[in-house]
Amino acid sequence: MDIGIIIAAFLTLCIFSFLYRDNPFYKFAEHLLVGVSVGYVLVIALNTTVMPKLISPVFRDGRFDYIIPGILGVFMLLRFFPKYAWLSRISIALIIGAGAGVAIPATIQAKIFAQMQATMLNFASVDGIIVFVGIATTLAYFFFSKEHKGWFGKTARAGTWFLMIFFGATSGYTVMSRISLLIGRMQFLLGDFLHVIK
Amino acid sequence: MARRIPIIVCFVFGLFMLVQFFVPHGLSGAAYETVLDWMQIVFVFTLLVGAVSYAKLNAKKVSRKETGWGYNTIGLVGLGVMVILGLWKGTGEGTPFLWMFNNVQAPMQSTMFALLAFFVASAAYRGFRARSWEAGVLLVVAIVVMLGRVPLGNLISQWIPDAANWILRTPSMAAKRGIYIGIGLGTISTSLRIILGIERTYLGGK
Repeated sequence: MDIGIIIAAFLTLCIFSFLYRDNPFYKFAEHLLVGVSVGYVLVIALNTTVMPKLISPVFRDGRFDYIIPGILGVFMLLRFFPKYAWLSRISIALIIGAGAGVAIPATIQAKIFAQMQATMLNFASVDGIIVFVGIATTLAYFFFSKEHKGWFGKTARAGTWFLMIFFGATSGYTVMSRISLLIGRMQFLLGDFLHVIK
Repeated sequence: MARRIPIIVCFVFGLFMLVQFFVPHGLSGAAYETVLDWMQIVFVFTLLVGAVSYAKLNAKKVSRKETGWGYNTIGLVGLGVMVILGLWKGTGEGTPFLWMFNNVQAPMQSTMFALLAFFVASAAYRGFRARSWEAGVLLVVAIVVMLGRVPLGNLISQWIPDAANWILRTPSMAAKRGIYIGIGLGTISTSLRIILGIERTYLGGK
């Protein structure tokens, strides 16, 4: 049998052992998973970003403006030296500021206009009207500048029913996705590892 | 200076990224792409900060032989092995790095999420108890959606998958869009506060 399958099965069982209670096998697998995951993310980030977007442009293409993010990156590492740690704020400010600038038009398009357009286009049907009422009442529920009393309170209350339907559907989906992962692991253990099922 | 420079950087880059969206010029697009690259590069260094912190914390526990230091050693070994293999032999098809991912990381990761099936089921049992009409709606919808996604639902009644699809397409979609619009409005206001320097929590304490 492939050594990889034996190792994968052992680690799978180590994680499943937590169902009994916290134990050394689970702790071993848990710490290994964290360490390996950190290493994986780091190597992939270095290969997909630092090499093609920093090292290559500067040393191969002569794009010396890319030295600036390199310096800002080094500023991030200065967090480990209290005297110069404040410099890392400049790097964080770049990510936060530029991210906020990108987020505004992107959000207006994707989260507001696109959602409103999809609602308006299907307005001429019973389902379309239900969706419209659902959006209006849900937004009313999240509007806290006006007290939820009288007709507004009733509208907001209707919003909670739509929200409960959404939470129910989402919960159902989450349970199903976790169970499908569980089935996958069982298929691996009983099929690939033990050959009990095909 | 320690606070003023970051606020100026945040304002300049935030305003530029916002305004350039409305400037249909090649130069503006190129500058936008460059800033996106810069963001990605700096972001990788933030990951590096996280990895170094993780290594430092574990190394400290190992050196002091604190309770459970053996597990910290395992974490450090996992990190070290992945970094060495990735940088030495590469990350492509057939490399030891990919072998480690396929046989160590991926099985543990999916088992960890599979484990949640048991906890989600137990949480669902406690959360889905119909103590009020709203909780009753949540319970019924969750059952219909779960049954509607598996063959058993169709065996019980053909109505169940149709009902599940209708729920997802209509009332659930309505609430989802309402939430999305709310998130959108919140994102816009928070982003504006950040760019204008009103929201400064990202600068930390002093």
